[in-house]
Amino acid sequence: MDPYALKTLNAERRARRAAILVTDLGDGRDRIVREGDQVAGELGAAIAKAFRSGNSGSVEAEGRTFFLNAYLPQPRLVVIGAVHISQALAPMAKIAGYPVEIVDPRTAFATSDRFPDVALHAEWPEDALKRQPLDSYTALAAVTHDPKIDDFALKAALDANCFYVGALGSRKTHAKRVERLLALGATADQIARIHAPIGLDIGAASPAEIAVAVLAQAIQAFRSRGLEATASARKSESILEKHDA
Amino acid sequence: MENSIYLDEARDPLIIAEGWMKDGKDVAIATVVETWGSAPRPVGSHLVIDAEGNFHGSVSGGCVEGAVVTEAIDVIDCGKAKMLEFGVADETAWQVGLSCGGRIKVYVERLG
Repeated sequence: MDPYALKTLNAERRARRAAILVTDLGDGRDRIVREGDQVAGELGAAIAKAFRSGNSGSVEAEGRTFFLNAYLPQPRLVVIGAVHISQALAPMAKIAGYPVEIVDPRTAFATSDRFPDVALHAEWPEDALKRQPLDSYTALAAVTHDPKIDDFALKAALDANCFYVGALGSRKTHAKRVERLLALGATADQIARIHAPIGLDIGAASPAEIAVAVLAQAIQAFRSRGLEATASARKSESILEKHDA
Repeated sequence: MENSIYLDEARDPLIIAEGWMKDGKDVAIATVVETWGSAPRPVGSHLVIDAEGNFHGSVSGGCVEGAVVTEAIDVIDCGKAKMLEFGVADETAWQVGLSCGGRIKVYVERLG
């Protein structure tokens, strides 16, 4: 392995950024590919797939055998609001492999009695997220219903390119939220990334069922990372083809 | 802690390998590149080895690490990477094997 590749790889892993070490098993040469780097052809397609799944493996491309070792940061879930939904969501997410942190400045809600075995921060998102910043391997679910608590965290999640951003509330509530986020400087593209009303539409009724819907939607977002961009690129390609014809 | 969001730097094989390199040691890195049947460690797992035979990480549940370390010291000496294959002890030329019945392929290369 190239010493420089090892240094680069470790730096990426420390910074919680995804990277793939591509080794040519024929001649032993290797290089690091970061998420978002453009790699052409069959190898590029295999690399994109490995970034989504996190699975490592060998691939035949251009008459050579490459080993792709995928290093993905541990995805995690930050929940804004120590509410009833969060009490069900925290253990479920942990079982699914997504460590959870809960942030709520309301000390009556954020108690270890209500949330045993969960990383709980009884403080404002402004303070908690400064200490432990959001990143693209973090999902954020804002479920307090209180703009004073939710709005800052939602804007921060959009700016940090969190892989999932969900906000509890009806369409009407969300329309008002959109106005406030625009006033905070969010772009229309960013706002389109918010899942609201939150959760997959499974007809969830109880807090625990809503938690299932939220967790499923976060997992769906995680496992389809990068696919939206590919899909829209294909769409614009086909439009171009029509114009050519 | 299970599923920590940060690297466990004290136990992470690639972090340890980088540290050894900074200390001027010769290092080999072994990586599981393929598994068949039940294998104790997933594809991509690392074992890192220095020229004295010190090692961290694992490529199996302890079944074949000894043999990998021996081969790794050889790789450090000659500089040429090797592909090792381990299966059930009786069916292979290796004196060690995987009692779980699986097979694994391990790529061993020198760092630098």
